[in-house]
Amino acid sequence: MVIAMVATLGKNISPEKLTFKAFEARSKHYFERIGLFKFLGINSGISITKHDPSGRFIPLTRINNSTQQSKFITEMIPLLHLVDNPKQAQPIQYIVGELVRNVIEHSQAKDGAIVCAQYYKKSNTIRIGIVDGGVGIKKTITQSHAATDDFEAIRLALMPGITGTTKKEGGTAENAGAGLFFIKSIAHVNRDFFLVYSGKAMYKLLKRSPEKEIALQSDPLNDRHSKEKTLPYWNGTAVGIDIALDNTKEFSILLDLIRKTYSTSIRERRREKYRKPKFT
Amino acid sequence: MITIKLKPTTGSFAENKDIAKNLRIKKINPALKKGDDVELDFYGIDSTTQSFIHSLISQLIRHYGADVLEKIHFKNCNDTVQKIIEIVTDYMQFRE
Repeated sequence: MVIAMVATLGKNISPEKLTFKAFEARSKHYFERIGLFKFLGINSGISITKHDPSGRFIPLTRINNSTQQSKFITEMIPLLHLVDNPKQAQPIQYIVGELVRNVIEHSQAKDGAIVCAQYYKKSNTIRIGIVDGGVGIKKTITQSHAATDDFEAIRLALMPGITGTTKKEGGTAENAGAGLFFIKSIAHVNRDFFLVYSGKAMYKLLKRSPEKEIALQSDPLNDRHSKEKTLPYWNGTAVGIDIALDNTKEFSILLDLIRKTYSTSIRERRREKYRKPKFT
Repeated sequence: MITIKLKPTTGSFAENKDIAKNLRIKKINPALKKGDDVELDFYGIDSTTQSFIHSLISQLIRHYGADVLEKIHFKNCNDTVQKIIEIVTDYMQFRE
């Protein structure tokens, strides 16, 4: 996610104004392979073996519209070597599809979504970063809901059935306000990290204990999490998710849980709005 | 009844909401308006997203009411696709 953030920041600066201090750390090859220097228009002078067979990564990619998004999603699964493993591929396709779609529809970011992903062999994990330099979650969500600060806006965006496009339950014809809730749920069930950073705030879903029963929460504050409210201001939204492939549950089991939680959450919110009888 | 095969336009992962919206406006809704039933054939589709299904059918439920589900037939849905359709049809019927 951090590399996608650096790329997003650097994209708006002309290459001649960017200075690159050559470094010797072994990780320099990683930055070259993931495409950071190319993305920023900098010649790093680092030479790498292009066809490294252990490479399971998606270089920094800019996605601006739904056609590019569909192409990216189709191509990403072979790049991550998951063609023969639909159980692991499905949630990844789902997460990237929904997050990139959010950027295209809501962020107003002129560079669209900046995406990259990397497989880590030691932890058998795929880490994905999806970042935009748009208006941020608060500006989007407060079109229809009251949010006092960036953290409250993130909280609302993670709740099922809340979208910036309308106050009504069920959303509009095009938006239901369910995308981020689905993604948080996928992360919770599979015991993955999930992080949202927008404006000055960050919400980080922490790993569920393996012994603890799976219970999806409609309010993200009821999940095990950490938060920050006074970070350096990020113009836009950055999302990072680590998908531990050993933990991946069947997608259909996850959907059963989501259905149950979603229904309960909306029923409860409707009940809160019921007029109460007055007893005198 | 008209049958709409989705895979030729959506591919095996049906996620593009623009395609869903287009199908709804240009094919599904005109057929329903004429009184026809519509069969949505998900043959060859491995997975989809809630956003895609929402864009495909939520406005129809909002406009015609839940009874429209009697006129829309979901064919060849695997477990994942079926469950996502059920989530969307559920929450559309909870709305205000």
